[in-house]
Amino acid sequence: MSGVHVTTRINGDEIQFVCEPDESLLDVLRNRLGLTGAKEGCGTGDCGACSVTIDGRLTCSCLVLGAEVDGLDIGTIEGMAKGDELHPLQKKFIEHAALQCGICTPGFLVAAKALLDRNPTPSETEIRFGLAGNLCRCTGYDKIVRAVQAAAEEMNSAKKIQQKVA
Amino acid sequence: MPLDNPSDNIRKFKLVGTRPDRQDGFDKVTGRAKFGADAVAPGQLVGRILRSPHAHARIKNIDTSKAEKLAGVKAVVTRADFPDKTDGDSGLFDILTNIMARDKALYEGHTVAAVAAVSAAVAKQALKLIKVDYEILPHVTDVDEAMKPNAPVLHPKLFTEGLPEKPKKPSNVARRYEFGHGDVEDGFAKADIIVERSFKTEATHQGYIEPHACLANVSPDGSGELWVCTQGHFMVRDYCARLLGLEISKLRVTASEIGGGFGGKTTVFLEPVALALSRKANRPVKLVMSRDEVFKCTGPTSSASIDVKIGVTKDGLITAADATLRYQGGAFPGSPAEFGAMSAFAQYHLDNVRTIAYDVVTNRPKQAAYRAPGAPMANFAVESVIEELAHKVGIEPIDFRIKNAAREGTRSSYGPVYGPIGLLATLEEARKHPHFKAPLGPNQGRGMAAGFWFNFGGQSCVSLNIPVDGTVTISVGSPDIGGSRASMCLMTAEELGIPYGHVRAIIADTSSLGYNDVTDGSRTTFATGMACILAARDAIKKLCQRAAMMWGIPEEAVTWEKGYAKPAGANAGNFPPLSLKEIAAASGATGGPIAGHHEYSADGAGVSFATHICDVEVDPETGAARVVRYTVLQDAGKAVHPSYVEGQFQGGAVQGIGWALNEEYIYGKDGRLQNAGFLDYRIPVCSDLPMIDTKILEIPNPGHPYGVRGVGETSIVPPLAAVANAVSNAVGVRMTELPISPPRLLKALETANLAKAS
Repeated sequence: MSGVHVTTRINGDEIQFVCEPDESLLDVLRNRLGLTGAKEGCGTGDCGACSVTIDGRLTCSCLVLGAEVDGLDIGTIEGMAKGDELHPLQKKFIEHAALQCGICTPGFLVAAKALLDRNPTPSETEIRFGLAGNLCRCTGYDKIVRAVQAAAEEMNSAKKIQQKVA
Repeated sequence: MPLDNPSDNIRKFKLVGTRPDRQDGFDKVTGRAKFGADAVAPGQLVGRILRSPHAHARIKNIDTSKAEKLAGVKAVVTRADFPDKTDGDSGLFDILTNIMARDKALYEGHTVAAVAAVSAAVAKQALKLIKVDYEILPHVTDVDEAMKPNAPVLHPKLFTEGLPEKPKKPSNVARRYEFGHGDVEDGFAKADIIVERSFKTEATHQGYIEPHACLANVSPDGSGELWVCTQGHFMVRDYCARLLGLEISKLRVTASEIGGGFGGKTTVFLEPVALALSRKANRPVKLVMSRDEVFKCTGPTSSASIDVKIGVTKDGLITAADATLRYQGGAFPGSPAEFGAMSAFAQYHLDNVRTIAYDVVTNRPKQAAYRAPGAPMANFAVESVIEELAHKVGIEPIDFRIKNAAREGTRSSYGPVYGPIGLLATLEEARKHPHFKAPLGPNQGRGMAAGFWFNFGGQSCVSLNIPVDGTVTISVGSPDIGGSRASMCLMTAEELGIPYGHVRAIIADTSSLGYNDVTDGSRTTFATGMACILAARDAIKKLCQRAAMMWGIPEEAVTWEKGYAKPAGANAGNFPPLSLKEIAAASGATGGPIAGHHEYSADGAGVSFATHICDVEVDPETGAARVVRYTVLQDAGKAVHPSYVEGQFQGGAVQGIGWALNEEYIYGKDGRLQNAGFLDYRIPVCSDLPMIDTKILEIPNPGHPYGVRGVGETSIVPPLAAVANAVSNAVGVRMTELPISPPRLLKALETANLAKAS
């Protein structure tokens, strides 16, 4: 098999790589690009630990081929914090003890950000269904839901302050 | 180590009991934390494993010659590469046989060979070139079937232990256990009402989201390094060294961040195979399981078949309790039948009690510990009968439990007499809880259950180092699965009297510390935490010595108070207190680095009890049951970091809800697992659940200076029964088989409707 040359943007940076035609985007990220924040929990799209965004859309990177993302925009957990400033979701996950082992955390954060980008004021039910594609075996989800609620609240009040200032 | 200030039981803590951010949080929310599969070594090879497609087969021959000749293949290993070095240790021989099949494949997924190659593609191709000649044998996967006289026998040398006489024929029953006291027949004769029922539970998997992974690097000089996600890297080191004939001190094992374990990462699977491949190839080898492999080849817990008989007087006092438990533990002895028997009735004060348990082997993967191993299924059976008896006697189930509850001084059903325990406190708190009085809607039912777990102490070794800036590093050897480093830092900072943020905890590798037992048995915050406290006290002694030296007064004339060395009294001299930071800054001139150590085997782990309340709503058309409200009340002794204590309560409860409603290993007639993936083996997802309410109770453990009890395991014990009782109360039919999946519930409803109609 000969490799496929791919040019893409990952977390805003132009990245080029060569991958096998049957190689998943997850394997490319982890094994070729050293971006190991996305995890393989199942390899079949059932657990969400490998969640990334492709052109803003939440996707399991284990279900996408590396060769398919040419020209597309990929977002991973490594791009969520801005410099040393954590995203409000990241802060609230720590504050609310929304992680125990932490293996599912990157996927939950990527999924939660995609949810809040789409719906900045989700109800508890909307959060629960918005995160239903991500498995966590440690927490029972209670503290994850609360962390997302707290982050949404903080982001919305920050937005209101910004609007007032403007 | 006794409780500090036992007289008033109230110690004022400055840090213990607060909720600071965990220090590994930043790495875990940014994707920086390195888990099992995240490590890379220069020149590493990719390992892959060939597994048996058959549930039971003799392995007549393995031909690896074609695979070995494939370009890019650097090593192939089979049973021939794992000579028996176990020296008569049957438990270790079982582990050896489990990690690489010998004369027989004992379950679908049993490892038969492994390869290391330059790429995953080459490794996969190599597996296809290995030719295994199998002779298929009859198999058995059900526990009751496996106990029948005509069942296929897995091990011709397995004779039931624990019987008065050694049986004449081998069987699948590895051992019989019996616990209890009093005379149950006598007790049943005094009973006005007796309920006797049989129950079944299916095997469930721990379901950690991180598959097993390791990176092995063995050098030709016999030294080796291993990076691995495990609950106990010292255990991994010792097993691997013994299985492969390596010197223990030459194998350095580093625990990665671990993506969940729940008991499932308390043994070895891949690790000896990766080391053997690396040794043969003379290159680093990375082995990572797929989810399919995790389901088929690592340890789920036992499935169980249980009979319970309990008798009561018409006033609601239990006169006798009897149970027989049959647990299959997969292809090797060691199911938690014994723990099931010991814990089944542990929450009750009983004059006449007996439990008999059978440990049974079947053609399934070797079970591994799963959170309070053996207790949840026994609790399901017992608490279901308790609920039914309460209804029959006409007493509120919670009052019936309170009336018969074990308390301080009760002789437990498994032998020891209880010290101060929190069972009654959880029951009484439950009765007061608003959940208990909330009205139920249509098709809803409420259930409850009380549960118990032993908790464990064990070996821990901690080093504490104080660099010149007065910050502190504690090196512990217990992998942190759920935030234990935060608790270690809290306890250390509390002792030293310094801010939480000045203490950093790391998980040291096996060459840096003495032996530490596996993170299991809810032991880490209790035992390794106590070792941190004692290491801090050791460091305080040295800090006082240095202060004495700096002041030119005798050591005994110095005391430690809230982070400062002070003269013990007016006679000692008049010196301004010296802070830890000042003493540390001067350490180079007062005798060198300052460190504290503690190594021991901890006793005094206090038992733990919980009461759970559950509301379910049943859809009579689909048979789907859904938890709509859930409350956990549990004794933590002393909650060091309450957020993570609540997390343990919530996580255990939800695993138990999954066990009760969705999760099961489903085997076909061919002995193959039919649902080896998260799509078909359905663990609870976020949208299945309500918030899980928690109430932490603190009845101090007299065996710990702060009163800490382990909290991790008890929380999975009551949910099976709490959910089943809720469903049974909602539909008016006693549910005796788990999981209560929609088809099973529909069937129960149909049977009940038919009975009503006739």
